[in-house]
Amino acid sequence: MIKPASPETTSTLSKKDFATDQEVRWCPGCGDYAILNAVQSVFPSLGVPKEKFVMVSGIGCSSRFPYYMNTYGFHTIHGRAPAVATGIKIANPDLDVWVITGDGDALSIGGNHLIHAMRRNIGIKILLFNNRIYGLTKGQYSPTSEEGKLTKSTPFGSLDRPLNPLSLALGSECTFVARSVDVYQQHLMQTLRQAAEHKGTAFVEIFQNCNIFNDGAFDNFTERAVRAEMNLELEHGKPLLFGAKKDRGLRWTGQSFEVVELGNGITEKDILVHNAHDPEPTFAFGLSRLTPPKAPMPIGVYRQVDAAPFEERVWGQIRHVKSQKGDGSLEKLLSAGDTWEVKE
Amino acid sequence: MEDKKTVSVPRERVDDVVVRFAGDSGDGMQLVGSQFSTTTAVLGNDLATYPDFPAEIRAPAGTLPGVSGYQIRFSSYDIHTPGSVADVLVAMNPAALKMNLIDLKKGGTLIVNSDAFTTRNLERVGYSSNPLEDHTLDGYRLVKVPITDLTRKALESSSIPSKEKDRCKNFFALGITYWLYNRSTDVTEKWIKDKFKAKPDLVEANLLALKGGIEYSRAVELFQSTYVVPPAKMPPGKYRSISGNTAVALGFITAAQRAGLTLFQGSYPITPASDILHELSRYKHFGVVTFQAEDEIAAITSVIGASFAGCLGITTTSGPGMALKGEAMGLAVMTELPLVIVDIQRGGPSTGLPTKTEQADLLMALFGRHAESPLPVVAAATAGDCFWMALEASRIAIEHMTPVILLTDGYIANGSEPFLIPAVEDLPVLKPRFATSANGAGFQPYVRDERTLAREWAVPGTPGLEHRIGGLEKADITGNVSYDPLNHEHMVHTRAEKVARIANDLPPLEIYGPDSGELLVVGWGGTYGAIHGAVRRAVDKKLSVAQVHLRHLNPMPNDLGDILKRYRKVLVPELNTGQLSLLLRAKYLVDVIGYNKVQGRPFGTEEILTVIESHLEANKS
Repeated sequence: MIKPASPETTSTLSKKDFATDQEVRWCPGCGDYAILNAVQSVFPSLGVPKEKFVMVSGIGCSSRFPYYMNTYGFHTIHGRAPAVATGIKIANPDLDVWVITGDGDALSIGGNHLIHAMRRNIGIKILLFNNRIYGLTKGQYSPTSEEGKLTKSTPFGSLDRPLNPLSLALGSECTFVARSVDVYQQHLMQTLRQAAEHKGTAFVEIFQNCNIFNDGAFDNFTERAVRAEMNLELEHGKPLLFGAKKDRGLRWTGQSFEVVELGNGITEKDILVHNAHDPEPTFAFGLSRLTPPKAPMPIGVYRQVDAAPFEERVWGQIRHVKSQKGDGSLEKLLSAGDTWEVKE
Repeated sequence: MEDKKTVSVPRERVDDVVVRFAGDSGDGMQLVGSQFSTTTAVLGNDLATYPDFPAEIRAPAGTLPGVSGYQIRFSSYDIHTPGSVADVLVAMNPAALKMNLIDLKKGGTLIVNSDAFTTRNLERVGYSSNPLEDHTLDGYRLVKVPITDLTRKALESSSIPSKEKDRCKNFFALGITYWLYNRSTDVTEKWIKDKFKAKPDLVEANLLALKGGIEYSRAVELFQSTYVVPPAKMPPGKYRSISGNTAVALGFITAAQRAGLTLFQGSYPITPASDILHELSRYKHFGVVTFQAEDEIAAITSVIGASFAGCLGITTTSGPGMALKGEAMGLAVMTELPLVIVDIQRGGPSTGLPTKTEQADLLMALFGRHAESPLPVVAAATAGDCFWMALEASRIAIEHMTPVILLTDGYIANGSEPFLIPAVEDLPVLKPRFATSANGAGFQPYVRDERTLAREWAVPGTPGLEHRIGGLEKADITGNVSYDPLNHEHMVHTRAEKVARIANDLPPLEIYGPDSGELLVVGWGGTYGAIHGAVRRAVDKKLSVAQVHLRHLNPMPNDLGDILKRYRKVLVPELNTGQLSLLLRAKYLVDVIGYNKVQGRPFGTEEILTVIESHLEANKS
């Protein structure tokens, strides 16, 4: 929840105010460091007093995050962070509640809480660090691992079909859905700022490299040599063009997106213009189906629509009932219904 | 019905009556049962009720599994159980008769809807001949009433469809019982007018049915006499009738108000606990937040979040839900946050007997989490006591900064009894210990109160108290993550000691009966009424028997060990296979005798008295 900056508590905030004295215990080279850096860089500029931030996590490498943020923090249990965060946000809508989770935490053990948080539109920010592997338990395949993955628990290849986090979020009609990458620092910070400004549930998938158990999982679109050709940066109101020369784009076939090159009769007019505010999640869902190498990886904000957050509706209903019935009286409550008097 | 001129049959005084209504689950038996109890409560009788209904919402009509019953016992003196045998049975069909006849006392009054005793209905439940015609019911006072037909006739002037008319026959039956026991129709008339205020023709129809039952009984002199049950002598004050689940709900609203906190309930629907969610969701104007979560785990974890953020958090469930909440309870133990987990026990394991009562979750409440994970456990003794124990559970949670389990059971949750309404100003004030400023080098979340060992409640949004908590082991004082072996051992002992010290604030146990003697009967939870009724009768007979009833199961009261040793024998009746017995034997090295039953039904007073007497006999020999 973004409020006008209160000069006493926020104007002097800097990145180091958000660092704790705890030693960061991620593996050297882990993508989590980059995400921590981006979050600590963005928070001071949000105009939110430090005491109003609450970082909530589940279990996994990413879920150690709250220990490294000098805010209120709650390292909960596996998969349950969205539910704990929901309780916090309803209890005090004034708090700025961020959930830090991973692909196993959010999509496997905690899948139910994730979809219900999103369909309710509770005003929390969910950062899903997707490294497509279980890191903390030392290298089993995750719900986002590609089929056939060779891991400790699948020596002959995994048989599970992977889950697409953005398709799931859009299917749950999440009101803010975005994607970024650990190593795209500027893009990541910009995406985090957009998420922070959103009222309602903001879901951000962040591709995060696990250099120990799944190194290079995203190289086919994040390597500098292919980055321009293999990423499509989504911008509301702009055509879905990509490539170093912006000479390729996405055309809507009526069923799905196809990648086309401009020229040979195809002009910019054939390229769909991205409308993040479309009330229907259909086109955004189409975008979420695109994956390299057949198509570029869309990054940025897929969807951002305005809808009253759940916690506002909870308290709105309470205010409404109070306005109808007046403040409840305990005395009247205890002696409600049929009563009778027993005399001495 | 107070028109004495038309009363041609005599009125007799009786002091203790049990009436059972039984019919299809769609026949509205729970409704007329609760109407009868409210009416009776307002007349000043002491009462206890026992609703007994199937897990299926509408099992096929006329079948044995579809039978729903509601038993009420009312009396001119104080009583503690809904009785085990009925004086009057109202059976709306052959299935209801077949299922309930066993509980009607010999010579009891049996009122049946003779219209429902068709060949088809009889065959469906395995009657080869009509029990109303053969000699099956010879030992009873059989009152055959064509209730369906008479209801239709009473509703001749009503314009509602005939199917709807037939649905009013429960009120016709209620009218008959009101006549029999000289009950006023005021309460029920008011209820009908209120309930159907949007549908005036239903108001009219149900009132016609109710009055039709009374008029018919009067006109045909259905009974040789009618009965009057004088009001019971009870402590003076204002009373209402209350069920355990309603009492739990009111207890938590009261606790939140007396603590100055927002009440946050996170729950997932489950029988027999859902009524607490229904009840609390009506009280938005008290600022109550009710959150129907996506599952049992989200229910408790949302509550943990709300408690972290400064609310009085509660989650209400039954056995299967308790099992699912186990890991989250461990988190609440580790993070030392105040919340209350309410378990309305039912028969198990697994889905078990969803609508039937049992007391078999005691050991789960105490030990059903991994590792050393102690938390306080309290249990309510009666429907009305649910109010006080909800308040007590909240007090312990808030003052000692710990999750607390409150156990009730299906029997007291759905059953109701008169409740002496407390004056608000007499209710305890609960005092949360909120941290407001740094308590060391910055804020240290695990600094403890010297006496209770409770940590401070530091609520997000408070400047300067930013801190992190979580499920990993905490370093003492700082709350930082610590894997240090000695610190872990120290913290395990500290958490246990914090819970143990709660006993220091408990009042001495009340002993009913002699201070020492032959036999002590120790119970816990919803068996209080049956045990107390039995012990009281034993004491009246000058037998050397006393009763202690535990409401605090963890920690147990400090004086319990000494009390146990003052009697030659200790008897522990429980609706499980001996869970409290196991605890008392282990903790106090007392050779307690269990009396155990797991039939999904509560104990009866007679039953316990018989057990008491058999043990006293054995003492003699």
